[in-house]
Amino acid sequence: MSALAQNASKNDFRDFDVNSVRSDFPILSRTVHDKPLTYLDSAASAQKPRAVIDVIRYQYEQEYANVHRGAYWLSETLTSKYEAARETVRQFINARSDREVIFTKGATEAINLVAATFGRAFNAGDEVVITGLEHHSNIVPWQILRDQCGIVLKVVPITPEGEVPLSAVEAALSSKTKLVAVAHISNALGTILPIKGIVSAAHAVGAHVLIDGCQGIVHEQVDVQDLDCDFYAFSGHKLYGPNGIGVLYGKEGILDGMQPYQGGGEMISNVTFERSEWAELPAKFEAGTPPIVPAVGLGAAIDYINEFDRAAIAAHEHDLLTYGTEQLQALNSIKLIGTAKNKAAAISFVLEGAHPHDLATILDRSGVCVRAGHHCAQPLMDSFGVTATVRASFGIYNTREEVDVLINALGRAREILC
Amino acid sequence: MRTMEKDQDILSLYQEIILDHGKSPRNAGIIEGHDCRSEGKNPLCGDRVTVTVALDDEVRIADLKFDGKGCAISIASASMMTEAVKGLTAREARMMTEAVNTLCREATSPDQIVKELGDELGPRIEQLSALSGVSQFPARVKCANLPWHTLMSCLDGTGVVSTEG
Ligand SMILES: Cc1ncc(COP(=O)(O)O)c(C=O)c1O
Repeated sequence: MSALAQNASKNDFRDFDVNSVRSDFPILSRTVHDKPLTYLDSAASAQKPRAVIDVIRYQYEQEYANVHRGAYWLSETLTSKYEAARETVRQFINARSDREVIFTKGATEAINLVAATFGRAFNAGDEVVITGLEHHSNIVPWQILRDQCGIVLKVVPITPEGEVPLSAVEAALSSKTKLVAVAHISNALGTILPIKGIVSAAHAVGAHVLIDGCQGIVHEQVDVQDLDCDFYAFSGHKLYGPNGIGVLYGKEGILDGMQPYQGGGEMISNVTFERSEWAELPAKFEAGTPPIVPAVGLGAAIDYINEFDRAAIAAHEHDLLTYGTEQLQALNSIKLIGTAKNKAAAISFVLEGAHPHDLATILDRSGVCVRAGHHCAQPLMDSFGVTATVRASFGIYNTREEVDVLINALGRAREILC
Repeated sequence: MRTMEKDQDILSLYQEIILDHGKSPRNAGIIEGHDCRSEGKNPLCGDRVTVTVALDDEVRIADLKFDGKGCAISIASASMMTEAVKGLTAREARMMTEAVNTLCREATSPDQIVKELGDELGPRIEQLSALSGVSQFPARVKCANLPWHTLMSCLDGTGVVSTEG
């Protein structure tokens, strides 16, 4: 797109007004324990705009059949919507081709797919590099692979602030490195990783790179060609889409060379009892009836996000992060876990003398939903010497007033517990 | 009014006695030369507790300690447990565990449970009645139960429970 065209389309963006955004999300007007819902757990799963809910309902009520199978209007209609959703995802991440966009049931399945197929070709002694802040879903598949193939799993240590300096990743790389698998943004701490630098450094030693973009896709504009990553995985449900749908982006040349993940319908071009031939991409990796309506729902979620200038959403979320951090720091005996310079939309903390679960229980009674626990990142918790933290995370619809509700509720919790 | 009621739930969960045991747990630690030991974990939240027991000649719980990390509810429950089951047989400890289970899960009045348990165990359960606050918080029931389940697997490990039938 020319600069001019870009400018022109920018003017088409909907103004970012958080109250109008909130009115797009039906659940936000409900109460919990007789208090207005204050939903601060979008990093675990985001709420859904009406546009997504309506599409899902419409598909089931009006246009539902299996895809790629029926030579009849209903099936053809839904098939074209399913494929249109793939195209929406392609544009959203700027992949070269639709063949590079594989629908999975979530990020976890996407990462397991890479481990089970791309990873299966590794030899004993080959190295996979991850970091100290990964989600279990970007740790355990590599441990399984290690136990099956004898690869070496290397963990890049994080700093006390919860950062992953590029130099630390570089120090872990060698000619034995086959794959670097890192989060784009830490779900537990909010740290934004220097993924562009990591990709170049990894490529320089001949390694490939998988990015766990579960949080990254929500808070950053992702351009997989510019990043030059080999794989990028994310889930739909954190991106205001339905659950049961995720995406694995992979470079076409690499996906082409990989064995299928699961066998079944859709993923073959010809089957005899002697042998089968694999279908073309992306069908080769989409065995069985896919999550059809969730994929269409994800397309609707992306269309919704595309109504806004991503920079405006990012600025709003950054304001919440800054305000929330200030307000929490102003409370006595709060310790922030993860104070990276470059952070997105999540604040993890502990309160002296109060266990995170007790806090979350009391906050809940004020209508405040936060996550308390290890955030599926136990090794990370260990490195901070805690078993759990409270995490408040922000999405497109949160407000400063909600941060105030959190702070007040924390005050009340402290009165009760401490 | 409704708001008050909700707050009441919280206050009956975090009663003084729970907070006190949560902050200054009794019988914390590991018994050297224990007869049995068991570790309990809550994989969802990362909480864990280790229970060690020393038995006397009559196979009664002569001493028990717990070591763990967790929320106020699980630590308080563990601490109160160490006081409540000392001197009991494995069978009696199991009855106590079942009573605590009921206390935490159902809206049964603690008085009812105390009565049912009789003269020996009744008063011991009475001391645990503060744990019943958890019954209004389904997500937290497992916190209160963790130390008790760990004690059970600890005693089962010795075979004591099965010999006593
Ligand atoms: C960074 C990160 N990676 C992976 C996952 C796993 O995603 P899912 O459970 O949707 O497969 C999550 C979600 O919790 C996450 O935040």
